[in-house]
Amino acid sequence: MSEQENRSKRLLPLFLTFMKIGGFTFGGGYAMIPLIQKETVENKKWISDDDILEIIAIAESTPGPIAINSATFVGYRTAGVLGAMLATLGVVLPSFVVITLISFVLTQFQELRAVQYAFYGIRAGVLALIVKAFVSMYKKCPKGIVSYIVMVFAFVCAAIFDLNVMVVIICSAVFGLITTLVNKRRLDQK
Amino acid sequence: MIYFELFYTFFLIGAFTFGGGYAMLPLIQAEVENKGWLPSEQIVNFIAVSESTPGPFAINIATYVGNQMGGIFGAVCATLGVVLPSFIIILIVAKCYDAFKKSTVIQGCMSGLKPAAIGLIASAVVTIGTTVFFPDGYTTAVFGSISFYISLVLFAVMLFLTFKKKLHPILIICISAVVGIIAGYALNLPV
Repeated sequence: MSEQENRSKRLLPLFLTFMKIGGFTFGGGYAMIPLIQKETVENKKWISDDDILEIIAIAESTPGPIAINSATFVGYRTAGVLGAMLATLGVVLPSFVVITLISFVLTQFQELRAVQYAFYGIRAGVLALIVKAFVSMYKKCPKGIVSYIVMVFAFVCAAIFDLNVMVVIICSAVFGLITTLVNKRRLDQK
Repeated sequence: MIYFELFYTFFLIGAFTFGGGYAMLPLIQAEVENKGWLPSEQIVNFIAVSESTPGPFAINIATYVGNQMGGIFGAVCATLGVVLPSFIIILIVAKCYDAFKKSTVIQGCMSGLKPAAIGLIASAVVTIGTTVFFPDGYTTAVFGSISFYISLVLFAVMLFLTFKKKLHPILIICISAVVGIIAGYALNLPV
């Protein structure tokens, strides 16, 4: 069988597999990683063990949601641009359908007293979940003087001075780039 | 035109999100709240909805805001917007894979972006904390209201359950909802 035929035969399974991944993971991107690994490496054998680790590392370090990034990447590796499109469509579709259905219900019930009380409680719980997300991200981040400066800078700009978040992100990237280049130059000179 | 505005806003959110999950919250808060699309209280409510439904937060909130502002077609525009930057960038990276891995420029930018995401989540903690504890702004009146103290205790208990007991987020949300309903009716809290 030619490579071309092989690829086109994978299109429908790609779509269905990523629809399954999108439909059965709660809590977003990071929760999806083990499932993506299991489906694409162990079950379907589209991607090798080493490659999936690199794909996930890249998905984490490029802009956009990790789920979309890894779906696009795996889809592209498995069946080209069309594969990337179908895998991405697959991972998005369950969310899209479920939230569209819920958004009608939510608007209708939001005014109910019981629902307002429920959300009053939930907001305190959500705050705890965000604190948890903050702590686990902090643990994963490489530490160092540059890191701490950027952390404090981003926090102060966004929380206290209410600066545009995109400006904060661009400044942080530029600062990281400059310090990396300066460090590299210093090492080269030695 | 609302469709284009939805697409454009979520395109920016997609392009400027690093680290996934809640790192994008301040950006969403800034964009969605400032445009008057969703008040901050409802954004926090929606985090709970998103945790309890399948799929990534970015897609869920794009679909939800899109639906609210422009119906199904609005949802398609917003979701397409948030997906497109990822899609394009990953296709480029996949093509120039080796160059991407070795590039000092990208490594350098990343060394700034990772800690920035952490600072931004910390700022989300502050704004969401304000929404939870000071819904009517920073006034001392809040210390006289029973709902402030219930929120405070509930938050402390949920912190304990999520950190020490490693309870699943959906369970945290369910317990918080039940406590909210019971406390609300028992003390006849204002809505």
